[in-house]
Amino acid sequence: MSATPIRFVFRGALHQVSDVASTTTVLEWLRLQVRAMGTKEGCNEGDCGACTVVIGELDVDAPGGVSLRAINACIHLLAMLDGKALFTVEDLAAADAPLHPVQQAMVDCHGAQCGFCTPGFVMSLYSLYENRQQPPDHGEICHALAGNLCRCTGYKPIIAAALLAWQQPSQRLDRSGVHAQLQAIAQRPDLDYQAPANVGAGRVQAPATLAGLAQALDAAPKACILAGATDIGLWINKQGRHLPHLIHLDRVPELQAITQSADGALQIGAAVTHTRAWAALVAQVPALADLARRFAAPTVCNAGTLGGNVANGSPIGDAMPALLALDATLLLQQGAGTREVALADFYLGYQRSVLQPGEFLRSIHVPALPTSMSMPTSIPSAAGAAQSAGLPVQAAGLHVQVASYKVSKRADQDITAVCAAFRIELQEGRIVQARVAFGGMAATPVRARQCEAVLGGAAFTADTLRAAQQALHAELTPMSDLRASAAYRQQVAANLLARFWLEVQQTLGGAPDNDGRAVRLDQVEASA
Amino acid sequence: MNAPVTASVIGVASAHESAELHVSGRATYIDDLPEPHGTLQVALGLSSIAHGHLRVLDLSAVRAAPGVVAVLTGADIAHNRSGAIIADEPILVDDLIQFHGQPLFAVAALTRAQARAAVRLARVEVETLPAILSVAEARAAQHFVLPPVTLARGAAEAALQSAPHRLSGQLAQGGQEHFYLEGQVCLAQPREQDTLHLWCSTQHPTEMQHLVGHVLGWSAHQVSVECRRMGGAFGGKESQSAQWACIAALLAVRTGRPVKLRLDRDDDMRATGKRHPFLSQWQVGFDDHGQILGLQVELASDCGFSADLSGPVNDRALCHVDNAYFLDAVQIRSLRCKTHTVSHTAFRGFGGPQGMLVIETVLDDIARHLQLDPFDVRCRNFYAETAGAGRDTTPYGMTVEDNLAPALFAQLVQDANYRARRAAVAAFNQGGGPLRKGIALTPVKFGISFNATHYNQAGALVHVYADGTVLVSHGGTEMGQGLYTKIRQVVAHEFGLPLDKVRLSATDTTRVPNTSATAASSGTDLNGKAAQAAARKILQRLAQVAAGLCGADPAAVRFEGGRVRAQGTQTLDSGFAELTAQAYRARVQLWDSGFYATPKIHFDPVTKTGRPFFYFAYGAACTEVAIDTLTGETRVLRVDILHDAGRSLNPAIDIGQIEGGFVQGMGWLTSEQLCWRADGALATHAPSTYKIPTATDVPQAFHVQLYAHDNREDTIHRSKAVGEPPFMLALSVFSAIRAAVAAAVPGLQPIALDAPATPEAVVRALGGLERTDPDAVGRP
Repeated sequence: MSATPIRFVFRGALHQVSDVASTTTVLEWLRLQVRAMGTKEGCNEGDCGACTVVIGELDVDAPGGVSLRAINACIHLLAMLDGKALFTVEDLAAADAPLHPVQQAMVDCHGAQCGFCTPGFVMSLYSLYENRQQPPDHGEICHALAGNLCRCTGYKPIIAAALLAWQQPSQRLDRSGVHAQLQAIAQRPDLDYQAPANVGAGRVQAPATLAGLAQALDAAPKACILAGATDIGLWINKQGRHLPHLIHLDRVPELQAITQSADGALQIGAAVTHTRAWAALVAQVPALADLARRFAAPTVCNAGTLGGNVANGSPIGDAMPALLALDATLLLQQGAGTREVALADFYLGYQRSVLQPGEFLRSIHVPALPTSMSMPTSIPSAAGAAQSAGLPVQAAGLHVQVASYKVSKRADQDITAVCAAFRIELQEGRIVQARVAFGGMAATPVRARQCEAVLGGAAFTADTLRAAQQALHAELTPMSDLRASAAYRQQVAANLLARFWLEVQQTLGGAPDNDGRAVRLDQVEASA
Repeated sequence: MNAPVTASVIGVASAHESAELHVSGRATYIDDLPEPHGTLQVALGLSSIAHGHLRVLDLSAVRAAPGVVAVLTGADIAHNRSGAIIADEPILVDDLIQFHGQPLFAVAALTRAQARAAVRLARVEVETLPAILSVAEARAAQHFVLPPVTLARGAAEAALQSAPHRLSGQLAQGGQEHFYLEGQVCLAQPREQDTLHLWCSTQHPTEMQHLVGHVLGWSAHQVSVECRRMGGAFGGKESQSAQWACIAALLAVRTGRPVKLRLDRDDDMRATGKRHPFLSQWQVGFDDHGQILGLQVELASDCGFSADLSGPVNDRALCHVDNAYFLDAVQIRSLRCKTHTVSHTAFRGFGGPQGMLVIETVLDDIARHLQLDPFDVRCRNFYAETAGAGRDTTPYGMTVEDNLAPALFAQLVQDANYRARRAAVAAFNQGGGPLRKGIALTPVKFGISFNATHYNQAGALVHVYADGTVLVSHGGTEMGQGLYTKIRQVVAHEFGLPLDKVRLSATDTTRVPNTSATAASSGTDLNGKAAQAAARKILQRLAQVAAGLCGADPAAVRFEGGRVRAQGTQTLDSGFAELTAQAYRARVQLWDSGFYATPKIHFDPVTKTGRPFFYFAYGAACTEVAIDTLTGETRVLRVDILHDAGRSLNPAIDIGQIEGGFVQGMGWLTSEQLCWRADGALATHAPSTYKIPTATDVPQAFHVQLYAHDNREDTIHRSKAVGEPPFMLALSVFSAIRAAVAAAVPGLQPIALDAPATPEAVVRALGGLERTDPDAVGRP
């Protein structure tokens, strides 16, 4: 295989780069090579958003066949742009042209004070603007800006600017032009970028087929698998880690696919971004919406992958408790061979898993939940929908409830102190199936099996809850760190089970003194 | 001579003068400037222990690393002691390491990546000494950077003894990272004849000039410092920018090449000072109505390893324990504790917030004890609304002549519908469940002027070019607060010009010397008056020219709308540019300087008495919160603010300061937690672990109004300073959270909530970490 340059669309033209280090980030390239200074470095770890840029790529489901998404340039490798388009703040308005509507709205609303974070906010708003015809609401704006820190304004004028942008004359990107440019490089060969020696030799491969990926990893079992780089970017920027050979999953169609099988199970490819993966998961299990919103900012979810979260196996990765509660399984591949492993059996210890050298995570399988039949009003439609979707129809009287709660110091874009996921199936007042899973409570994401055992077969009463809480206390030994003390984690883990119990009681209408009362902070409003 | 206010640019909500540059990415910060040919990039080697002797610093592998051009250590620096007030800080450690993260050496290389890679090759041996890492340990060990100070009036002890009610308490307040989005950065360029020019992200170009001169052994006229704008500062670039300027300067002189030092975010957070953490103890005596009769407070602050600005910061804390309240018999003792942590420094409010949070906590506890509405208890303790009839003098002997707190309270209690909402909050809490609400209305009274009188001066230089355009230089720096925008309005107003005829030059010590830091909220007050004075000198000469042209009295010449008009023996109606062109040909000086020194102020640093402040700025905030008793998470539901910016020069900019200040204060008191490990290392050294508020944390119901009121003192157009005061509006958030905690556990006393009120702090305040009683969950 011969070396190939990195090819992408930039400033309206096809760019070929072959003179950068293999781990050069998009931000470094912009600021040090192109000397395009509009994109700022605030933290160099993807947590402040000053470097937000927008990436375009071919997507048959997107308007004009091109999707646009905001990402952090500081933790995105230039090699990952191969085959894509890059837009920065300089692309929004030429020096002699009127400002883009989001820029003008920021001026009109006094959305910039020191101005350093502003290009990042502008690019997050631009991404929102390009992805929506209709104006967003307050919550959607806040979510779109969750990865952008401003220390001056208190955000209010920026939110106002977001609302104002849609009221200005529309100015949309000509996606057809971008589409044509991307189409022209769509048939490029597999990327095999080899950095010149004068910048430190290094290699990035991006095979375009599953077989090619398996072959590349077989040939180089010590190579580092690269997906969204939301973790690897930190290894490079903050730890100075040497990564001589990266193999990027991005181009493998099977790894980018989300499919649903006849029994309703989801298969999510290992390179599917969080944004896409959580949309599919929430469609399947609406109770995960809150977790999906708080998982991370769009700029992180637009790059990071569900597969990366699983394969990295951080004890505080927020996807795993929910996936454990849903009995997710993993499809691993090595060479041409595959094997299936339950997520609950995947982790061996702190950031250690059963993955062998050369083996990779191919997809995550999430079984369909049994359909809840406990609510009389929902029986006809739910049963009908289940039948039409080919799902198994459960006996009447089954109640299935799932919840996942994340506890952190800040609501958005924060790392978990405790993340919990619960699933319970009740039939005739008894718990027939219970899943209790946590992040932040052990060296790996864990199921609390003793707690599940206490719940199994019991009625879900206050006494059962208390016994289950005691079991939790006995089987989980979290640590103390900057996010929380062990004692806090212990108590909150038990309290989250209590919250789930409260919510189950409310759903079943069995706790009159709680009926209709808010049990989550986002359900309350200011007093009138 | 002024144009009438109706046609003026004063009081107009004009956009920030750089707004279009900001949004288009064309505003240049120091890292964006074109680098001079051959610029070297610097990285720092930091200490990995908190306290000990540096025994071996073997940098041979560092020197040999690819791209390395120069290495600097403490031993290389002839004048290796520096500091804002006392020279007690090494530029680079030469023997004693005093905090984890203290710079040991600097590496200059061809690229930043090479410099950073080389740093990792150092071999360091140290002899570790025991470290004092908390204010409590330092207090117990009487380990101070500066001697204790007491501010007292009346017989506090006797008043406490004889009071019908007494309470006591302790309050721990965390520090705060500035988190300016643009990190510390300096570019130093050697120039001819042993001179050096520095582009430095700093609030204090003059101090950078002096300290760089000091470490080089050079005079002030050899060093020039320039700053067009900063990407945020908040006090963190007042003294904290000096070390990086000095290192860049030393390396530039040593190599003869331009040198840029831009700190990586993590290094910046490890190696620069923050807001002082405080540990406070208090005892209060009061009557049946909640009026304070006697108060004793001890404020122990964590100053870190050196004095830095800790003296004035703690003085301001002392002078703000009263907030808006008359304290008749009071004794406040201030301990300036020395710890083996980074040296804490200026941060918006400058000790004021820490002093004020104590009295607000005391008043809430008094109200709870007496089962009164804290609003009424606060009103009962306010300074008299008019001076001269008692209850009008601060503990430091200044008469409060301009008390707006009662008026602000009276209006905001209505605007925010406080009474009815407080009842609704109580009803919500009666209903049980895991959530509780709290509501609080708190005042702000903040003294405006530097406590140290001599800093209260400023200069400006105004150029009117012959074509009628104006360039203004002044000593203030632009950090986003809108100083340049306001100065532009002030000068445009004087000449009767539209804003686009007036430009601001970058702040530069070669244009205006001997400046004070842009700090203490004073930027517009000081520099605005100085710029106005300069403009008026030129204007007088222009009026003479105009009067001469038409035979009018110079006092009758009007400058407005870009035109000059006068009626004398003839009628003059000239464009401003035509007049300036004529004045130039007539050999009239069209540029001048202006100077301003704040009147009336004086302060005795020994007795801590006098009139340290020209005036006070006031505000009031009403905040409603909800807490989750299961997890301790909190959410701010609604905020109503009424704030006194005097006669606002620019309402958009002032409201921006108020909203931003409030949210920054909210972050300090809720999610922003600095955590140090047992070895003294800062564990929260990046935004991944240190959490400033995001958009979601700001309530949609966030109502901010200016209280229209002319400053009674003769400030620039009767406006008031607005940079710091709004920060303390956020004390209402903490009061409201404490109220919610109290509602969750009836009879709980004390409400032992530490700041910040993180989820864990709230759970602890709710009764420790033992309570896990499902029977209690969901029941009233």
